Amino acid sequence: MKLNGAQILINSLKSEGVKYIFGYPGGAVLHIYDALNACNEIEHILVRHEQGATHAADGYARVSGKCGVTLVTSGPGITNAVTGIATAYMDSIPMVIISGQVPSALIGNDAFQEVDAVGITRSCVKHNFLIKDINQITNTIKKAFHIATTGRPGPVLIDIPKDITIATIESKPYPNSVKMRSYQIPSRADSAQINTAVDLIASAKRPIIYSGGGCIIGNADFELRAFTRQLGFPITQTLMGLGAYPATDKQSLGMLGMHGTYEANMAMHGADCVIALGVRFDDRVTANVDKFCPDAKIIHIDIDPSSIAKNVSVDIAIVGDVKSVLNDLIIKMKTKSIQDISFWWSQIDQWRSIDSLAYQNKSGVIKPQTVIETLYEVTKGNAIVASDVGQHQMWAAQYYQFDQPRRWISSGGLGTMGFGLPAAMGAKLAKPELDVACITSEGSIQMMTQELSTMLQYATPVKIVNLNNGYLGMVRQWQEFFYDKRYSMSYMDALPDFVKLSESYGHIGIKVEKELDLKPALIEAFKQKDRTVFLDILTDPTENVFPMIPSGAGHHEMLLTGRDEMTSTNDEGLNLV
Amino acid sequence: MRHIISVLLENEAGALSRVAGLFSARGFNIESLTVAATNDSTLSRMTIVSIGDDGIIEQIVKQLNKLIDVVKVTDLTATEHIERELLLVKVNVNQQTQADIDKQIDVFSCKIVDVSEDTYTIEMAGKSQKISDFLESLGASKILEVSRTGVTGVCMKREN
Ligand SMILES: Cc1ncc(C[n+]2csc(CCOP(=O)(O)OP(=O)(O)O)c2C)c(N)n1
Ligand SMILES: [Mg+2]
Repeated sequence: MKLNGAQILINSLKSEGVKYIFGYPGGAVLHIYDALNACNEIEHILVRHEQGATHAADGYARVSGKCGVTLVTSGPGITNAVTGIATAYMDSIPMVIISGQVPSALIGNDAFQEVDAVGITRSCVKHNFLIKDINQITNTIKKAFHIATTGRPGPVLIDIPKDITIATIESKPYPNSVKMRSYQIPSRADSAQINTAVDLIASAKRPIIYSGGGCIIGNADFELRAFTRQLGFPITQTLMGLGAYPATDKQSLGMLGMHGTYEANMAMHGADCVIALGVRFDDRVTANVDKFCPDAKIIHIDIDPSSIAKNVSVDIAIVGDVKSVLNDLIIKMKTKSIQDISFWWSQIDQWRSIDSLAYQNKSGVIKPQTVIETLYEVTKGNAIVASDVGQHQMWAAQYYQFDQPRRWISSGGLGTMGFGLPAAMGAKLAKPELDVACITSEGSIQMMTQELSTMLQYATPVKIVNLNNGYLGMVRQWQEFFYDKRYSMSYMDALPDFVKLSESYGHIGIKVEKELDLKPALIEAFKQKDRTVFLDILTDPTENVFPMIPSGAGHHEMLLTGRDEMTSTNDEGLNLV
Repeated sequence: MRHIISVLLENEAGALSRVAGLFSARGFNIESLTVAATNDSTLSRMTIVSIGDDGIIEQIVKQLNKLIDVVKVTDLTATEHIERELLLVKVNVNQQTQADIDKQIDVFSCKIVDVSEDTYTIEMAGKSQKISDFLESLGASKILEVSRTGVTGVCMKREN
């Protein structure tokens, strides 16, 4: 049977088991949309902005563990999508983006809605393709999914000129597998390296496990728990890793890094052995690298060789899939005896007793921390929480205790405001049976409010928890500390009435101004199983995120709440921001 | 330190810009870059000369390996290898300069590939350093135009 390129493309996506496409039509993809119209197996979610499509596909991928799929038109369609592609790239999220392109004969002519999609996205994709021949469609799609989902995952873009979607060929079966001589996924990790690691672990007196997003992406939460419990070591997790190990477990020290807990950062600083699992030593985590883990031997396990020794030099590097390496370590550690670390634990407990996440309640205002704690209570810690970017993101990470992986959905690497709402929508599609909350603030939410419309159309109920502090709070905090309270452009006047806004989109809006009303409002919102509810919660506009490592400082130089000391950050520190 | 990195990659459109883009995006420097197809027309060989400390060179090699189109990366500097560069230089020849130019050509065993009324075009292949030495010995005042290919190289052992 003869099929056109668009039909072959859609059939290929079907063969890949794609359930949802997040997209937006336009001239260059009209044939693809026509083929999609005839396809019952794939549901297309018509977003309101292409950035929303990429974030929704991203949220879907983070929760489901499957590859997110986005379809956009040429020119402005693909440029709008770039922020979402870069967001997925920074957090190693599997995604395939299909972008229409002007007809082959017009490429390079500055044709209507032509941009060099492959060129524009090159630095924020794992790989990209321009299809030049209709016979390449199936193979290219097979390769794209293979590359996006294996090794260290990431977004892959396929740019397809319109004429190729129109041309026809005799249909061929979709390939079962793909061979690429230039792309190999790391095979089993080097066992000699694993043995050296085992010896080091066995001799550690002040060990700490530092785990990250790789343990979630690599589905290694089960192994991480087994390994950590087997050894009885303390564990700290990065923003991207939250949930892989249960936050409520006694071995968990919480998050580390700039706004991590005191005990996590102090333990990193004092450790003699750091076991780094699926992490990349991001600057938000290490703080000043010159002061990073001064006494520790570092074991780094990661699937991406280029992550190793990029920011921090390590003593034992193990390149491999973190799940399989952990399995090896679990077996080998069984026959090893380890050191008594009770002294280390008593030191850690002392740091813990400082209770670095304690905050002062003030009468008459709602504290943002209280909102997150109440949300945790009302959802019994079982919700999927998508966040935007800013102070609210940090409070969500600090006060919502994630006990399971793929429940915390946040833009860590790129820090993209606007991510939360569309990501929450994608998350809901991935796990309709779970409650989904979007923790946001008035700045971030306004970057993607239009997706409220999509959420009504596709019935993806999300509870939006808007920590409305009236400020670009994270910016305001830095200006308070480091710019002598010169609040340049961090106050946003003329905010919309969010209740009316959400009502006009067909959702429920609730305004919360008093702490007394907070819990009832949250309970009411989560009772509305099938509705999106926008909780506009007026929170303390002056609250800051603590504890904090000021830029340029080390893990041991955390500030708890002493705001005066903040001015001590010097210019060199500010440079490191 | 100066390193010569040899990259075997798919002969695909855009492969060169992926490599060039990688170097500029990550702030790695490129002293020279040469590329051409190999005897297998589906593969290209790229030779890059870069300067950096061990950590940077390690990252360059890893990041190159991470590119999907790259099949193999070898730091030639780490093994026994041969490096060559081709020079074409046009010089101003007159009665005063001719004897000296002829002498330098002889000393450096180069070849005159074209002669005009008042110019020579000289060809020389050799290590980059030697080419630089030759140009220096000619003296800037005689040189009209220089075109160097950048370094290419191979590893001397069989397996590479
Ligand atoms: C797209 C984008 N633009 C700018 C920034 C820089 N930025 C980081 S946090 C922040 C403030 C966020 O304000 P809001 O959403 O109100 O959150 P809050 O800090 O008040 O909780 C800004 C502007 C960003 N992260 N993303
Ligand atoms: Mg705000």
